[in-house]
Amino acid sequence: MGPKRAMNWISNYVRPTINSLFSRREVPENLWSKCPECGTMLFHRELSENLNVCTSCDHHMAITPRERFAHLFDGGVFVEVAVPAPISDPLHFRDQKKYPDRMRAAQKQTGEKEAMLVAEGEIGRTPIVAAGQDFSFMGGSMGMYVGNAIITAAERAVKLKRPLVLFSAAGGARMQEGILSLMQMPRTTVAVEMLKEAGLPYIVVLTHPTTGGVTASYAMLGDVHIAEPNALICFAGPRVIEQTIREKLPEGFQRAEYLLDHGMLDRVTHRKKLRDELITILRMLTGQPPAVKGDLPAPAGATQAPAPQPAKPGTEK
Amino acid sequence: MTNYLEFEKSLAEIEGKAEELRALARSNKDMDVEKEASALDKKAEAMLRDLYKSLDPWRKCQVARHPERPHCKDYIEALFTEYTPLAGDRNFADDHAVMGGLARLGGTPVMVIGHEKGNDTKTRIERNFGMARPEGYRKAIRLMDIADRFGLPIIALVDTPGAYPGKGAEERGQSEAIARSTQKCLQVKVPMISVIIGEGGSGGAVAFATGNTVAMLEHSIYSVISPEGCASILWKDADKMREAAEALRLTAQDLLRLGVIDQIIPEPVGGAQRNRKVAMADVGKALEAMLKDLSKKKPDALVKERRQKYLDMGSKGLAA
Ligand SMILES: [Zn+2]
Repeated sequence: MGPKRAMNWISNYVRPTINSLFSRREVPENLWSKCPECGTMLFHRELSENLNVCTSCDHHMAITPRERFAHLFDGGVFVEVAVPAPISDPLHFRDQKKYPDRMRAAQKQTGEKEAMLVAEGEIGRTPIVAAGQDFSFMGGSMGMYVGNAIITAAERAVKLKRPLVLFSAAGGARMQEGILSLMQMPRTTVAVEMLKEAGLPYIVVLTHPTTGGVTASYAMLGDVHIAEPNALICFAGPRVIEQTIREKLPEGFQRAEYLLDHGMLDRVTHRKKLRDELITILRMLTGQPPAVKGDLPAPAGATQAPAPQPAKPGTEK
Repeated sequence: MTNYLEFEKSLAEIEGKAEELRALARSNKDMDVEKEASALDKKAEAMLRDLYKSLDPWRKCQVARHPERPHCKDYIEALFTEYTPLAGDRNFADDHAVMGGLARLGGTPVMVIGHEKGNDTKTRIERNFGMARPEGYRKAIRLMDIADRFGLPIIALVDTPGAYPGKGAEERGQSEAIARSTQKCLQVKVPMISVIIGEGGSGGAVAFATGNTVAMLEHSIYSVISPEGCASILWKDADKMREAAEALRLTAQDLLRLGVIDQIIPEPVGGAQRNRKVAMADVGKALEAMLKDLSKKKPDALVKERRQKYLDMGSKGLAA
């Protein structure tokens, strides 16, 4: 972990410059970037190989689910699970921009369809289903699609009898979906219930930031909660709390280490050690012998095939 | 009625004038003002009917938050017998923003829980304006669990601006408490009925409002964020709350169309705050009907149907 954690990273994280810096499509191979924490200039390839963790101060920068999965799964191979698309703009929401325009802009900027990626594959020869929330896509906000993604991931896990590993990252609700965004709290909780009933492990990895309704539903209902260092994890954000109680909050308030101290997490784990730790935990929970650690090639015969098209999500048997 | 809302100003004037006339007549026996006063009454009544016939979403927000609307405590006193409050989360404290306990509804024993906002400065502070801390949700979880084990239907009355955004609340796991409460709502094998009686504020409301039947009072609201909060984030201007209230679709009527709620309980003309007794009695009748409906169902069906309802929710948007 880094020596000192200034507060500037959180106030900066919404800056489009930082977001676009790491978005897959717009990064030229030879770019140098500056660590927002310690100021070290980092060669992009070096940073990417280090899972977007600063090689100098260990600051954990944002990482997209696609990049994360490429490092997570054996040989970088995973099969994307198709998520049924919800109807677009269900409320015909208009603020200063139209919601469909905001969506298109986010899709163009990230090259992704929505704010969550679901995949299946093996880690350390341990078959899992994984879901990753994409903070670069409209702040990872939870709308119908994210709800569908989590339900699909749970159904897939139940069908294949595999554990689900979920990486959370969100500023909270997708306001443009109003009440339907709020309804993803009970919807995703039903998904968690499916896993519980099937006796399958559900591990949540809370990454920076995980806030609002996301924290108050599936992100806090895991069998095991692991967070990345210094991740902001909260229900109400620090600014809202400061305005309400009119006092300065303590250093490190609502950061991963603080939550660990207050009993809300099992572990705070460096991103580089996360994969091995997940493998160890999952193999014990599923009664398998210890795994061979380290990078493994893709399972034999595995190819990056397009995912099967699932039926309507959430039809319980 | 002493507490007029901003949009009721002209109504306040007319009602005030009628009241003035009658006061004058009381101190002056020779004056006959009744004809004039009742004409004003009629005018006021028509105006009231007109105003409340088509409240825009922002006005609904004001009505939903009206301080004289019946609150959870009022409903419990008016509709239930043998109410026996149960307190505490067995871990840390008893949160007064959440009340609940055993009670009978039309003779049937039930577990009733709800947010209580308080009705004067002292009780509002005591109740923390209906903003629960983790202890409140954990008390509710405990009560729901008792209900589940002893086969008592659960009735939740929802009325909160949201969960309390405080330092201690965060340290003690506000998110986890809300998540577990929602989860408990989905697990119980007894009828789970929720009624939004005023404000259904975000996750703090969901924690109690995940039910087999979710009803809303005609002028109550249910939203992912307050219109003020939404305006300051999306419009960068908190004064755009009218626009935000419109865009968020937070009225009972829109939520019914979206399939998020199951029914609307009509309020007396001028809102529940104008005719508290009638409003509460109507909620009582509606609750008894919902209870009767759900008590025919088997425990497993209650869980299964409740879950399926949420899985299906939102698939049709406003076309639902
Ligand atoms: Zn650094």
